[in-house]
Formats: sequence, C-alpha cells, structure tokens
Amino acid sequence: MTTSDLLRLATVGSVDDGKSTLIGRLLVDTRQLFDDQLHAVAEASERRGVGDLDLSFVTDGLRAEREQGITIDVAYRYASTPTRKFIIADCPGHVQYTRNMATGASTADLALVVLNVAHGVKEQTRRHLTIAALLGVRQAVVAINKMDLVNWSREAYTSVADEVETLCRDLGYRRVQTIPISALEGDNVAERRSDCWYDGPSVLQALEAVPGRDEASTSARLPIQWVLRQPGGGRTYAGLLNGSRLRVGDEVTLWPAGVTTRIRGISTPGGSRSEVDPGLSIDLDLADETDAGRGDLIALDPAPTVTKEFRATVCWFADGPLVSGARLRLKHTTKSTRARVSALEGVMDLDHITLSPADRLVTNDIGVVQIQCADFLCVDDYRDNRMTGSFVLIDEVSHATVAAGMIGEGAFGPRPDL
Amino acid sequence: MSIAPTPTNTHLDHLDLLEAHAIYILREVVAECERPVLLFSGGKDSAVLLHLAVKAFWPQLPPFPVMHVDTGHNFDEVLEFRDHTVERLGLRLVVASVQESIDRGRVADPGLLGSRNRLQSVTLLDAIEAHGFDAAFGGARRDEDKARAKERVLSFRDSFGQWDPKAQRPELWNLYQGRVNPGEHLRAFPLSDWTELDVWRYIEREDVELPSIYFAHHRDVVERQGMLLAVSQFVEPRSDEVVTRESVRFRTVGDANLTGAVRSRAATLADIVAEVATATVSERGATRGDDRFSETAMEDRKREGYF
Repeated sequence: MTTSDLLRLATVGSVDDGKSTLIGRLLVDTRQLFDDQLHAVAEASERRGVGDLDLSFVTDGLRAEREQGITIDVAYRYASTPTRKFIIADCPGHVQYTRNMATGASTADLALVVLNVAHGVKEQTRRHLTIAALLGVRQAVVAINKMDLVNWSREAYTSVADEVETLCRDLGYRRVQTIPISALEGDNVAERRSDCWYDGPSVLQALEAVPGRDEASTSARLPIQWVLRQPGGGRTYAGLLNGSRLRVGDEVTLWPAGVTTRIRGISTPGGSRSEVDPGLSIDLDLADETDAGRGDLIALDPAPTVTKEFRATVCWFADGPLVSGARLRLKHTTKSTRARVSALEGVMDLDHITLSPADRLVTNDIGVVQIQCADFLCVDDYRDNRMTGSFVLIDEVSHATVAAGMIGEGAFGPRPDL
Repeated sequence: MSIAPTPTNTHLDHLDLLEAHAIYILREVVAECERPVLLFSGGKDSAVLLHLAVKAFWPQLPPFPVMHVDTGHNFDEVLEFRDHTVERLGLRLVVASVQESIDRGRVADPGLLGSRNRLQSVTLLDAIEAHGFDAAFGGARRDEDKARAKERVLSFRDSFGQWDPKAQRPELWNLYQGRVNPGEHLRAFPLSDWTELDVWRYIEREDVELPSIYFAHHRDVVERQGMLLAVSQFVEPRSDEVVTRESVRFRTVGDANLTGAVRSRAATLADIVAEVATATVSERGATRGDDRFSETAMEDRKREGYF
C-alpha cells in the first residue's frame, strides 16, 4: 500500500446537521462495526429512548455526549474498503469545541462537510470550512443532508449546493463534490439512491475516488528530535523526515548554524538505506563533527527561512483574550522557545472572509499576528510544509495549549494562485 | 558496519507509517518529559510498544524503566514472558502491586471472584506519584473502545490522576506538547492509530515475541456469562458448570478470572492475522468481562486514572 491509499478525513459542519449520524451510517453500511459494537449502540439507543439505532452513538462514545446528544470531542475511527484505508476524525460542531475540531482537521486530507438542506450554510459551517482551509485542507466532499425532510427537492438541494460551492471556492478549496443524502435512511451514503434525479457518486464512492494528500512542496526537512550515541563514539541525528527524499552523499545544511556537511549513512527502523522517502523516522550519520542537537534542523536546499520574527495566522483557543504584547511559550517542530505576540493585525470576519482591525482575539477567533521569538527558528510557509510551517502557543503557567499557528506572509485567506 | 544498505524504500506501506509515527511520539515524550515510564502488562500491545521503544533509541537502551501494574490475578505464561523480556532487553522493571494496595488499605479486596481491574487505577497512580513519573507510555489504541477513540495521543492527567474528557488539550499536527506542572502527568499512546489487525500484522512482520497464550493451545475451560474462562486457581468450576478441554487462544490479556478465551486453531502468526481479519466480534467484546459492567465502563475507569 502507498500513502495515497490512505485518506484522512475530518467531518466539518454545524451542530445537529448530522455529522456523527453520517459517520455512523457510513461505518454500519460498509460493515466496519463488529457485531457486539452494533449491539451496544442498539442497546444504548433503546435505553435512552432515541429509537432502534441512534447512529450518532457509534462515534459519540462519552456519557455527556450521549446525554446531551452532541459531539464534544473528536472521535477517531478506522475503516477500510477494498480500495482504501480511512482514518476518520468525527469532529464536534459546537462553537465552544472549535479547538477540538481544529485538532481533528489539522491532519486531514479532506473535509467531509455535512449540511442540513433546510438550513444551508450556518456560521459554524463557515467557521469550520475556513479553519479547515487555513489548516491546508484543499478538497471537500459536501453531504447535503436530511433530503428526506424536503421530499428530495432538487431546487432545495441546488440552492444549498451553489451556496457552499461558492464559499469553498472563495476559501481556496480545489475539489468540491456536493451530494444529496439522507444519513438517517442511508441514501447516497454507501449505496446510491435509486430512482433519483441525482446521478453522481455516493459519499463512499466520492471518498474512494479523491486523490490523497498534497505532499509538502519544500525540499527535505529533518527536525532533530534526539541524538543517538553510536558504539565507538559517533553520533547520529534522529527525527521524522519530511519534504523530500534524502540520499547518502547528499549535501545538507544544519540550521540555524548554517553549517554544511554530507550524509554518510541513513538508518531506518528496518535497517540501513541508501535513500529514504519522507514519512519515516530515520537517523542520519553526518560526515563532519557538529554540535547539533534537539531543535536544530537538517535540510536540503532550498533552505528554510531562519528568523526570530514572522507573521502568522492563529486560531485562539484559550478562555481569556489574546492581546498584543502577550508572552507565551512557542513550540515549533522539536524546538521550544519563549515568544511574544508583538502585534495583532486583525481578526477574521467570517461573513466576508476578510480581516478586520481588532485589539484582541477572543476564544475561537482566527487572527493574524506578528510573533517575536527568543531563539532562531527555521521556518517554511505553512502552505509549503505543514511540519515546518506550524506551531502551537503554550501558556507559561498552566502549560495549556492556547493557540495553533500557521506561518506565512499573507497566510490570511486564499492564495491568489489557487 | 559493513552490511551494504538496501537500495531504497520506494513504497512506504501503512505499517511503515504507523511505525514511524509511533517512534516519533516515543522520542518526543522522552525529550520533553523528565521521568517517563512504559506500562508493560505483557500483552501484545505493550509488547509491540516495547519493541518500538527499543527501535526508537537503538543502539542505546530506551532511557526509561518499564512498569507492570500487577493485579496478582495473572496468567503464569504472561508473568514468565514479562520477566524473560525485561531480562533479555536489560531493562529495569518496576512492579506496582494491587495486592500491596489492598494490604495497605488503599483499596478494598473484591475477593477471589471480584474484579481487580478497577483497583489498578489506584495502584498505578500511587506508583506514578511514588516514583515521580511525569509521563507513562501505554499501548492503548483508539479502535479498542468508544472512550479511547476520544483520547489524545498525549493525554493530560491532573494532580489527582484524572482524565477530563471535556477539557482535553488541543493537539494539532505532530506537535505533541508535553509540559506539565509538578504532580500532574501525561499518558502517551504511540499506538493510538493502530487497529487490532495492524498490531497483528506488525507482530508478524517483525516477529515480535509474545506470551504463548495468544496462540491456539488445549486448555480446560468453563463457559460463564457467555465467556470461555480458563480453569485455574482464579477460576474454579462451579457445581453447575461443565469443564471441557478445547483448542483456544486469548485475544487480549487481562485478569485471569475475567479474560475470556476464544475457540481457535490459529497456532501461527499467519493464522492469527487471517483470523483477526475476519472476526465478527471486537477483541474486548469477545473477551473482557471488565468492560461489561456498564455502557461507559471504560470512560468511568479512565476518568479515575485507568490506563
């Protein structure tokens, strides 16, 4: 199996539009559930008086979720069909759990958007689609749900489909597939609904057909995690390879020092290799003695930007506000440093996907900031590399993760060339 | 080293990626935390986890001890495997004993027929505190249970050891942040994204050593509450129960008095992979009495500090 045979998807949309029910339906109809799991969902449904089989219970596994009938945190489910493996992050729709949605979407290749045909695009749908776009998701399958409640009205479907397609295009999504469905009845989820004006794919067919992840477009990046001492006194540098392939003999540079050397050997968990693809945990033997350590970066040219200051888009998760001058800890790849938000350029207006002036970000706001760090970081634009382009901000006292950040000039909104 | 390197690894398969990610998590936690420990029950998931830990720090030893939370209701084969593995790898073993917790009055003795599963949380938390561990690696997987499906890879525990599923830290990309205040700790789950089948395929690929009870063997069993229990000092047949000798194996390893066997003739890793690929009942559903107490048994235990 190759990487493109794996698709990571995150559900996106407003509360009560049926995300968990759709995932439940998809898993049940493709026989991903064991008999006892299905039995437990049926029992729980009966006990709580919500019908024979509340499909949302397949992923809404917490007591509070079942009591309140909502999703609080991401549930990860694993599915495979003859053609593909899926890692499904079923994300919450409530605004107060936006940070959990961002957690699920940060590693996704595709947004599975769920909308209620009667309500169209709600503010939470816009927020989620915007966050997923900022996180680098470029393809969406849009399930327009509850078609049974509007008697499968083609007009109702087309109106919502047009609205969401326009929004997705504005946000920079490259592939958008809209599908009328009834998650409750299973129409167009795994199987196509027969006798219907709609002649496109079911949700499952669409998910099996889309391409996999866009790989990073930078050259090789290896943030050093750990230094391994070898018998006989040498050292090798261990980390998760990202960006592009590395070969023995390649000339690499150690950043931020800017020292150039050559790769003498590459080890993988499966043994020594003369070349390796990105995605593996490897360790490198370098030709020259260096004093490199955790937090440094080994890279092929073109080089990353080595800087203490950069502009970034952040999703703010903390209960209190973020104001200019805030001091926080920043974690970027394997490097941790003190940081200051030196300027707040604005907050995102979700209705117009534009930046508005602001003196603070409140919980779940998306904004653009300038950041100053105590130490040099080796960064790439987030759109070129999710690993070297991302960071989190950490509260110095509670150690809570309070923001997710994406590095880049003009990271706000869609890039002109998309 | 004079071994010629293999040319390339053009097609990384699913197991390669899972392995790479697990090793990455192991290294991140070790780098960010002061005193990690690896929870080792002798079960297949912790055996895989230990195998990955050895790879992650090779040629050095993993820079942490392993800890067994010992309920005292063990399968002999599993204890032998535990001791043999720790000795073979040259690791330090910490045993946290539920019996000692009972003797010290920390928890009540549920008796021979009762479950010591839930008591493990107290023993585990006491040991974490006594040794000053700030991170504990576990082999839990998200596909095991609906509460586990919700848990972060790095799962924060407050100073009482509690998990709060409504207030988990955001965890984006591969940015695992392991900072905690004194008295708090993390649980780290490098196998989060592995399924039962992935674990078995990996064991087969890497030839990971396991306790013999995972392979089909003949054993005296009784059927109790829909489970096939092995007759032992912990499971004595009742007067209305019929003891039969059957070819069985274990899909999970827990307390001997509460872990069911499954009828099986799968004697090799290839047989087991084939069996697991076509199973119609989940591993915990088939074999774990401790999950049957309520709808949210796992979540309730996890909130108290369970694995």
